[in-house]
Amino acid sequence: MTALAAGGRSARDLAGLVFRARELSLVAALAALVLVTTVVNPNFLSGQGVEDIFLNTSILALLAVGQTMVVITRNIDLSVGSVVGLVAFATGKFLAADPDGRGIVTALVFGVAIGAACGLLNGLLVSFCRVPALVVTLGTLYVIQGVDHYVAHGQQINAVDLPPALLHLGNEGVLGVPFLPMITVAVMLAVGYYLRSYPSGREFYAIGSSPDAARLAGIPVRRRILFAYLFSGALAGLAGVLWLARFGTVIAGTARGYELLVVSAVVVGGVAIVGGVGTVYGAALGALLLTTIGSALVVLKVSSFWQQAITGALLLLAITVDRLLALRVARLLRRRNARHGG
Amino acid sequence: MTRSPRRLAPMVLLLALALTACGGTTKESAQSENTAPPATESAAKANPDAPLKQGLKLAFLPKQINNPYETIVDKAGIEAAKEFAAQAKEVGPSDASASSQISYINTLIQQGQDAILIAANDANAVCGPLKQAMAKGIKIVSYDSDAAPECRDIFINQASSEEVGRSQVKLLAEMVGHKGEIAILSATANATNQNTWIDFMKDELGKPEYKDMKLVKVAYGDDDDQKSFQQTQGLLQAYPDLKGIISPTTVGVSAAARYISGSKYKGEIVLTGLGTPNQMRQFVKDKTVEKFALWNPKDLGYLASYAAAALASGQITGEQGETLKAGKLGTRTIGENGEIILGPPFTFDAGNIDDFDF
Repeated sequence: MTALAAGGRSARDLAGLVFRARELSLVAALAALVLVTTVVNPNFLSGQGVEDIFLNTSILALLAVGQTMVVITRNIDLSVGSVVGLVAFATGKFLAADPDGRGIVTALVFGVAIGAACGLLNGLLVSFCRVPALVVTLGTLYVIQGVDHYVAHGQQINAVDLPPALLHLGNEGVLGVPFLPMITVAVMLAVGYYLRSYPSGREFYAIGSSPDAARLAGIPVRRRILFAYLFSGALAGLAGVLWLARFGTVIAGTARGYELLVVSAVVVGGVAIVGGVGTVYGAALGALLLTTIGSALVVLKVSSFWQQAITGALLLLAITVDRLLALRVARLLRRRNARHGG
Repeated sequence: MTRSPRRLAPMVLLLALALTACGGTTKESAQSENTAPPATESAAKANPDAPLKQGLKLAFLPKQINNPYETIVDKAGIEAAKEFAAQAKEVGPSDASASSQISYINTLIQQGQDAILIAANDANAVCGPLKQAMAKGIKIVSYDSDAAPECRDIFINQASSEEVGRSQVKLLAEMVGHKGEIAILSATANATNQNTWIDFMKDELGKPEYKDMKLVKVAYGDDDDQKSFQQTQGLLQAYPDLKGIISPTTVGVSAAARYISGSKYKGEIVLTGLGTPNQMRQFVKDKTVEKFALWNPKDLGYLASYAAAALASGQITGEQGETLKAGKLGTRTIGENGEIILGPPFTFDAGNIDDFDF
């Protein structure tokens, strides 16, 4: 922070450029992957192929957007997978109880409300009780999963129990563009704009860069962190309803372990796990890249066992690049400051 | 489906129950003369006439506690236990892993159950603890997915693996006209039951009538909706000439059906497999899937429950050729390797699917 302030505008541009390079390199990696796969199998880029990739990415990217908000403040939300599972099942049960009377809107409100409640719990524990985020959300991960299993009681929600309108939401669209990616892109753009252009949005970055400095600067740290969790929870709730719409068949334990994929997408997307750096666009691109790798491996007829290994390798690569970039930027800024006599 | 109208078996059972109920009468000692009292009898010799003991403690240990299919099986088994006045319960891990099953087995040993009924997550990993249980006189019945034969007394096979594998290929072949590329969408790569079925499918495909059909890929969806979804998409992209998919797992077949029903492949690709009627109803009605198969999971649990009770009461020991009396299901003969087969798989289609609710 101090270095940035002293270096003035040019230093910020420099740092911005270095980090924008991260998103560009993600796009490049994605382009290379798609190119290679398409050369091997032209079907990969067919209308249906592209639609599938975007549909598959939507839910992961939506969660990654919420997670970014939390990670930027130097926290983490590990409970999102469980929230998705709980919301998907609870909403399914809610709709199945009266398939004709309860429409999509009620379902969305119901799901988002449950998600927001979970987020609120996380947020209160982290921001006001000052328990480390890792421990709190690990705890709520299990608690919410337990509640999910309790609600489900070994039952299953089937596509036939759900109103057709909800299933349409998960698989169809207008003018050939499916609804799911539209929702994700809209949320992503809104959050991206807020974080970049609103003073309160910038405060999330300030908190992540240095919580103490942020507090001294008069930023309402607790309130912002609480909001970040609330938002992440609400998005997880939305994702849960969309999950139900997409898959139709839901059991307890749905989306189990998904939180790790979400965190991976966020980190691969250039959001620093130590906070203060990264954009929702990067995180969404990370989600897109991880999903595309999954699809490409099947199309390239590579054994699916490699998928996890490749995801892990990408994660390590991303963290290494983060570290190297951070060191390099710090050195550049120092040198520049020295030259300017700062 | 397999509800054979045998009236004799329940009668035999009732008789047995009545006899046990008034235990200690001269009539009973006459019945089980050679082995009285049956309680102390070792596993060495079966006494087919021994009555089913009362108050037996049976524990179902499914692959995972929230798997809807296993829930149906276990509930039916627990219901069946009431018929012979046993206490049955279901315990199990929330994830389908062998290591979590092991700690449950150890607990059940300490509780002194009379029999453990297990759907093994890994044939060998659960073997050690199961052997310890057997050493303490606890009877082991495996169902759904077998444990290694030396660490259980009896395996209740939902349908002969051979019959499942071969009938799935036949079902698909009829629908694609014995021609074209096909693929299999399985669960995890090391699931015992899946791999046995797949081996028989491959064997069946080797027969001359299938010479125009080619198995191009076995994909693994890990019994996870999302992954099975993505694997189905990938299969259809990677093999544009694909004509049919067999998915012998309930999660896989419903995920594949869901994907196909919302894609341009609907009507072009034939999907079949093993699924539950409730899961597949939507897709049979919207004509994504014409036919699929399964056994009745309730009968599976029922049969397993009776097998456990018969073992614990000394009626059977798990030797080949012995006869199990299984209440309303009639009798079953123990086959090779201590296997009892429930019956042939049942085919569901638009005409009969509404008769079932599970």
